[in-house]
Amino acid sequence: MNAILLTGSRVRLACQDAQETSLAFARWQRDTQYVRLLSTDPAFPWSAEKIKSWMVEEQEKPLQDEFFFNIRTIPDDLLIGFVGLHEFSWAHGDAWVAIGIGERQYWGKGYGTEAMRLALQFAFMELNLWRVSLGVYNNNTRAIRSYQKAGFQIEGLQRSAGRRAGQVWDICFMGILRREWEKSLE
Amino acid sequence: MMTIEKSLYEGEQICLASIDHENDPQIESGWTHDAEYIRLLGPEPVRPLSPAQIKKKYEAIEKEIEEEKNSFYFTLRMRSDDRLIGFARLNWIEWNHGSGHIELGIGSPQDRGQGYGSEALKLLLNFAFDELNLHRLSASVPEYNTTALHLFQKAGFQVEVRRRQALQRDGRRWDMLHLGLLRQEWSP
Repeated sequence: MNAILLTGSRVRLACQDAQETSLAFARWQRDTQYVRLLSTDPAFPWSAEKIKSWMVEEQEKPLQDEFFFNIRTIPDDLLIGFVGLHEFSWAHGDAWVAIGIGERQYWGKGYGTEAMRLALQFAFMELNLWRVSLGVYNNNTRAIRSYQKAGFQIEGLQRSAGRRAGQVWDICFMGILRREWEKSLE
Repeated sequence: MMTIEKSLYEGEQICLASIDHENDPQIESGWTHDAEYIRLLGPEPVRPLSPAQIKKKYEAIEKEIEEEKNSFYFTLRMRSDDRLIGFARLNWIEWNHGSGHIELGIGSPQDRGQGYGSEALKLLLNFAFDELNLHRLSASVPEYNTTALHLFQKAGFQVEVRRRQALQRDGRRWDMLHLGLLRQEWSP
């Protein structure tokens, strides 16, 4: 049995306290580069109160709906981002993963990659999924490299699916199968 | 050439129409008992629904259209006698990106293979590009639904993404195909 399912060497996956997390999310989304790379939604500075109410609402839903974690550094326990599995298709063992590192000084240093590896370990070892999917803007090369390091393969491009700052971007779909993940551990 | 005089809803044999809350639930309840139909549509597990459950679903769909303003839902009917034959749905519209996702289904086995799906797709594409002014559409098709794949490809869609082994049916894994059509590739 793996007793350290949620703990890596530099980060761990932890609970999302609605109060602490909504304040952090509200602060991170003032960084428009972060939010425009994170999702296809229009950038908008939602209040911490509103974010908190969504989070509480989600947390009151049945547990199998989604699994979101905060990413905290080891050993100083700073909240630097989030990672979550959602949109489960339980009958087929498929789910989507989303990740964001809101604290910029932790970009490009491997923290996100380690957190993603923990999320995959959780997906395959705890939820017993068959595969995990994700979508990322194709010009977010830093993120794509990180996902490839964690074992994801590119499965295709949705052409011209995003328009940001006067440019047309493709959305890259990536996936990892359970056996590919197992192989990456060898 | 489209003109304002031409109906957005009428094809040759079929038309896009609204939900009939009185009579449609009974018919669609029948479709949900057909495992092949549900499996061809996508990954949702087969679940027979009662007419009352279908009516609730219609109410939820119309509430979502009204409140979220990012989806549209049509019933497909025969022009000759208004008989319900299927549905066509446009959802996950992201207005900031000009994109949306489409789904359609022909409920009864006897109504499949009659060209109704391709007529419905033509009407739906016209609605999405000519009325909503969207810029791209996507659709998801399980690998084993080759009829749907050919239907979309004939309308100009390209397979853009192959999510490997995303489905398990009858003891084996199947890919989920994600297709896309850009406005400039659309030939009305």
